[in-house]
Amino acid sequence: MKSMRFREAVREAIAEEMERDDRVFLMGEEVGQYQGAYKVSEGLLERFGERRVIDTPITEAGFAGIGIGAAMVGLRPIIEFMTWNFSAVAFDQILNNAAKLRQMSGGQLSVPVVFRGPNASARQVGSQHSHAMEHFYVNVPGLKVIAPATPADAKGMLKTAIRDEDPVLYLESETLYSVKGDVPEGEHLVPFGKARIAREGTDCTLISYSRMVHVCLDAAEALAAKGIDCEVIDLRSLRPLDEETIVASLTKTHRAVVAYEGWPYGGVGAEVVDRLQRLAFDELDAPILRVTTMDVPMPYNAKLEQLVIPQAHRIIDAVERVTYRRT
Amino acid sequence: MKEAKTALEMYRMMLLIRRFEEEAARAYSLGKIGGFLHLYIGQEAVAVGAAHAMRPTDSVVTTYRDHGIALARGMTANAGMAELFGKVTGCSKGLGGSMHFFDAENRMYGGHGIIGAHIPLAAGVAFASKYTSDGGVTMVFYGDGSASIGATHEGMSLAALWKLPIVFVCENNQYAMGTSLERSISVTDMSKKADGYGMAKDRFVAEDVFEIRDRLKDAVERARRGEGPTLVEILTYRYRGHSMSDPAKYRTKEEVEDYKKRDALNQLRAELAASPETAKDVEALEAAVEAEIAECVRFADESPEPTADLLEPTTYAGEFAR
Ligand SMILES: Cc1ncc(C[n+]2csc(CCOP(=O)(O)OP(=O)(O)O)c2C)c(N)n1
Ligand SMILES: [Mg+2]
Repeated sequence: MKSMRFREAVREAIAEEMERDDRVFLMGEEVGQYQGAYKVSEGLLERFGERRVIDTPITEAGFAGIGIGAAMVGLRPIIEFMTWNFSAVAFDQILNNAAKLRQMSGGQLSVPVVFRGPNASARQVGSQHSHAMEHFYVNVPGLKVIAPATPADAKGMLKTAIRDEDPVLYLESETLYSVKGDVPEGEHLVPFGKARIAREGTDCTLISYSRMVHVCLDAAEALAAKGIDCEVIDLRSLRPLDEETIVASLTKTHRAVVAYEGWPYGGVGAEVVDRLQRLAFDELDAPILRVTTMDVPMPYNAKLEQLVIPQAHRIIDAVERVTYRRT
Repeated sequence: MKEAKTALEMYRMMLLIRRFEEEAARAYSLGKIGGFLHLYIGQEAVAVGAAHAMRPTDSVVTTYRDHGIALARGMTANAGMAELFGKVTGCSKGLGGSMHFFDAENRMYGGHGIIGAHIPLAAGVAFASKYTSDGGVTMVFYGDGSASIGATHEGMSLAALWKLPIVFVCENNQYAMGTSLERSISVTDMSKKADGYGMAKDRFVAEDVFEIRDRLKDAVERARRGEGPTLVEILTYRYRGHSMSDPAKYRTKEEVEDYKKRDALNQLRAELAASPETAKDVEALEAAVEAEIAECVRFADESPEPTADLLEPTTYAGEFAR
């Protein structure tokens, strides 16, 4: 095991895969000379040169499309969005090209591209820069959507993503980049479609992913002090979704709360709730609750922003409801 | 001194913008401002020249580097600083922040965070002027880094095709974050893009605020006459980093110092101080600006924060659509 920050884990995955396979390259805004807007790609230009670490102008639809086109003919591009907010500009490329080429070509074509970058809220960056974009993308068949919470998964899942034959959207978080954790040494690959049990417990299942896993763990600590023992599940793979692990946990706890960033209308959380009620209806002792970003655009004011973003106290409140400690 | 009164007024506004930005930087380091803060220091002459080229009934739309044009269009320093402090007395009630200054009364329609996305929006404002024959002209600002993205191209294509009353002002400050001009665009004379759209064009260095005003005014009046849009590229420079978190290691100290030597604000001040007509007014004016800046910081500090009851009514006009 080696302790490193999330940022370094992402970087190491990119570097190892670039070392291993000349078809892998990194492209995006400020990834090279500037060393990455959030310093994820620091040192990679020096190490791999301009052929493989490519700075782009501000042209998301353009370089996302170039990534998809190059992947279609055999390269393995890693396309960085400075933040996922800007992927909206390239949404058509991802929706209509990346996700569709395999099926509409009758299976002749593959698009092994990875799109990555920080997602969801940062700090006071306002309504246009705080989007949790995964909820739009998980809706699309043909895409895989990954959102790790720890350095180990960050590294292992990005390596899996780069080797995957399909387009993978890999979501990081600005507020996770400095989080430290142990990462296995040597070849480390984490498969998609397998959730991780971040904390074992018996009274209630907390389901989350990305940064919010850490908030759930905080909430679980506080709840343990109140005598409620929560199991925390880190989905980490949003599509494919690991039904088995969440159903198994629910079968043990009979109660669940899903906590994540993003608006309450539809999205990943609604999908989890739908599957649980279909697959494990008889196990439920209470309605499943969701703790989400409030149903409004993100305000700039710091206190309002914190109000709108899901917090540990809202998770605690939801757990107390589903365990009938509170009505 | 030509147009002494206007010169003093333009100097006052340029100084107000610079001092506003300097105080904003200070407040940011004290933690009173959060998120992204993109300063306009070095580019003041563009906003002030532009504002003087327009009528109050004309409109402006700009990027996240928006404090300068907002103030130049008549937003009070109080409303601007309070917005940065996230207070309810701010121009956008503390909900928008630095990147999203809005002032509908002065026809300042933002403050936009997504590169290029505001260009079609501005063309829409110009479309409305043409549709209603209200005689208004729209001026839209964008950076050198925003010239290549699709929305910019589509907005310009339509504006030129339909001869919309709009002026596209490219504030070419040589850098898009850490990417220098030649690394971001294949033809660095960006005014040449106008040729492809069949638009009029202009291109000059932002050294003299009067020149900026006059040349933009030509473009504004061309638009008003129904002769279609103009693309005006103004060569300028930002003295600070892209935002507060950018140490700007991609350029040399000498380069920055070189630009500062040709600072439009200092040049105008030197002219005003040298002219017997205006010399006596300069210091009083500067004292007034200092007072205005001190007042806006005090106002922002003491203003109340917005409360949660604002969130839903600012999301939908009527009943919240759940
Ligand atoms: C679509 C999109 N991609 C990326 C960004 C991130 N970003 C914000 S400002 C900026 C640089 C813009 O440079 P320029 O257009 O020259 O304007 P300046 O900052 O110099 O005023 C970038 C890359 C963004 N806001 N929107
Ligand atoms: Mg620029």
